[in-house]
Parts: sequence; C-alpha cells; structure tokens
Amino acid sequence: MAQILGGITTSHIPAVGNAIDKGLQDDPYWKPFFDGYPKVHAWIREHKPDYVVNIYNDHGLGFFLDRMPTFAIGAAHEYRNEDEGWGLPSLPPFPGAPELSWHIIESMVEDEFDITSCQELAVDHGFVVPMQLFWPGAPNNPDMPRAVPISANTVQHPIPTLKRALDFGKALGKALRSFPEEAKVVVLGTGGLSHQLDGQRAGFINKEFDQYCLENIVSDPEALTKISRMELVEKAGAQGTEFLMWMMMRGALGDEVTEITRNYHIPISNTAAGTLLLECAA
Amino acid sequence: MAQHSHDYHIDIPGTTVFDGRMAMKGYALNKMCYDFNRAENREAFKADPEAWMEKYGLREEQRQAIRDNDILAMIEEGGNIYYLAKLAGIFKLSVQDVGGMQTGRTREEFQAFLASQA
Repeated sequence: MAQILGGITTSHIPAVGNAIDKGLQDDPYWKPFFDGYPKVHAWIREHKPDYVVNIYNDHGLGFFLDRMPTFAIGAAHEYRNEDEGWGLPSLPPFPGAPELSWHIIESMVEDEFDITSCQELAVDHGFVVPMQLFWPGAPNNPDMPRAVPISANTVQHPIPTLKRALDFGKALGKALRSFPEEAKVVVLGTGGLSHQLDGQRAGFINKEFDQYCLENIVSDPEALTKISRMELVEKAGAQGTEFLMWMMMRGALGDEVTEITRNYHIPISNTAAGTLLLECAA
Repeated sequence: MAQHSHDYHIDIPGTTVFDGRMAMKGYALNKMCYDFNRAENREAFKADPEAWMEKYGLREEQRQAIRDNDILAMIEEGGNIYYLAKLAGIFKLSVQDVGGMQTGRTREEFQAFLASQA
C-alpha cells in the first residue's frame, strides 16, 4: 500500500515564477522568501516521493464561470501550463498518474465526495509555481514525481467550508493509503496566506491571523473548522481564502505530524508568503 | 428560505464578495477577460476595444469602466479580479499597480503600504 510521507505548503504567487525564471533567488527582495526552501529540498532529496498530489485553486485558466467545479481532480497522462494572459513562460508537460487519479476518484466518490474528473486540465501558476519551488528546474528535475492535480473553487462564492476542506483531506488520505502500490506520496497545499487584490481594501495583510493559522494547522486543525467562510474573507482577505488548500492538505496527513520547517515573510507581491513542511508519523 | 441562513451577508468594508449575484452581473465582462488567455484575443481587443466589447455584449457601464481604466467600477459591475488581471496584463500593469489604482496610491506608495504590515 502507498504511504503518505508528509505535506508541504507554499504560497503560489505568479511573480515567484518570474523571479525563478530570472534567477533572482539571492536578490534582497526575494532572498527572505527563497530561504524557506533549502530544508524542503533536502527533505525531498532524502525521501524521494514517487507521487505528488498538488492541491491548488485554478485562477481562470482550467475553469471559467460557465462550469465551476467545487472540487476537480485531474486524471490525465500529462499536464501543461498555458498562457494565462500575462507572460509566464510555458514549460514542458508535467507527467501525470492517471491510475492513481482514478483510484482517488473512486475512493472519494464512494465516501460521498462529489468529484469533477478531468482528463484534460490546463494547470496555472497555482500548480506550477509550487512545483518549481520544491523541484528546481521542474518538470525537468530527475526526482520529479508523477502528479495528480486537485483544484478547489475559491474564485466564486459559495466556496467550500473549512470543515469540508479538512474532511476532503481526510478522505483523500484514506484513498492514498489504500492505493495498492508500494509508493511514497507527498501532498501539497498551495496558495495563501493573507492577501487581497481587489477593492478599496486591496493590499490587506493580517500577520496575527496568519500566525494563528500556521500554529493551528500543525497541532489543532479541527479548531480552524470553527472559522466561517465570511470570517475567513474578513481576516485573511478576499484571496486569502486559498487557505482552504492548506486545510485539504492537512486532512490527508492524519492526526500526528512533525513540523520540519516553517517560513513566513511579508510581503511577496501583495501577499504574506507562508511555507510549511509537515512529516507524517511513520 | 431566509437569506440569513447562509454565510454570505456580512459587510466587510472595501470588499466585494464575488457570489452568484456578482457572477451574473459580470458574466460578459469576465468572459471577455477570460478569453484574454489567448494572445490573438488580446491583440484583437487592442486593435479595436469598442468592437471587441460589443462582440461580448458588455453593458454600457462595463464598457465605460474599461474606457476609464477604473478597476473599482469594473468590480462594481461584476468583474472578478482573477479575470480582470488578464485585462491588466494587456496594459502591463502589475498587481501592485492595480492595488494602487484602487486605493489612491502610486505603485511605490502601495508597495510601502504592503511592507508596513510586516
């Protein structure tokens, strides 16, 4: 049976993709952000996951408002990033793992989660930037695992509740652990932390709330399910609702986790950037 | 059913919750912006913005917001920031530029505001 090694979270700001493309990792603006990743790289090199489940939120590439799935799972042989309208470089395709995708879909629908399955799915910066951060040179990194993308709707309300996100993760964890292959899996939760791009409140960042979320996502994620969605918009910012991806990731890891590394930095672009690596109990 | 049974009616100053009501209002505007994912559509808009807005059936208020480069008015007209970002990309505007335009700050002032929250 497959084993879940742990989970990694990161912000997925588009500007990070440009910074990587231009090699700005040691630039004074970017260094405090990129300094959060060497420990993640070392952990990945040590454990070499075979599969990566990348939980992100599409921002208007793979899905539009004509059909907006609340939870979508990719089931393709490969995933390509495409033009999002403002000039991120296009990359070679990321290898998929359709047999694992379908195993997850079967298991989760049996557990009464209603899934949209996608045999074609263009992946945007929400998926790509974390891959580039964790596997430098991605997808052309020799350790690049095969990927299963999972996208949750945070574009249009109603978005899922924090409880639903955590429960989704729990069902995902059950699905992964029942995959009949001796394989190692890592789960990503991307996006966040606090930020708001739109309105007179654009530029809103909330360090205190982010720190509360960072503490509790490690030790007491159930406590975070008491936050209502409107409270999340109010305290994390309109786009800080991406924290739902962190909740989904956390649910998959089980109760006991060990924190390996954490980084938090304000600001990268308009966002409070957070990175966290949690290892599952063996 | 009473609306207060849902979790979407609190007032957050300076924030528009993009819900079904806004999604209906902004559909044509957002569809046009979503289609800016394709370079040929960006070029067509640049060549003749009025004809391109007509093609997508934008309401007059939406067209005026675009003519005025008024992001807050676009949001009021149902624009969703993730799609509007693609329109901003045509004009080479960063999210800090867009933030400044909405809050009455220059780009540098907006960046300083962000950093002040560290």
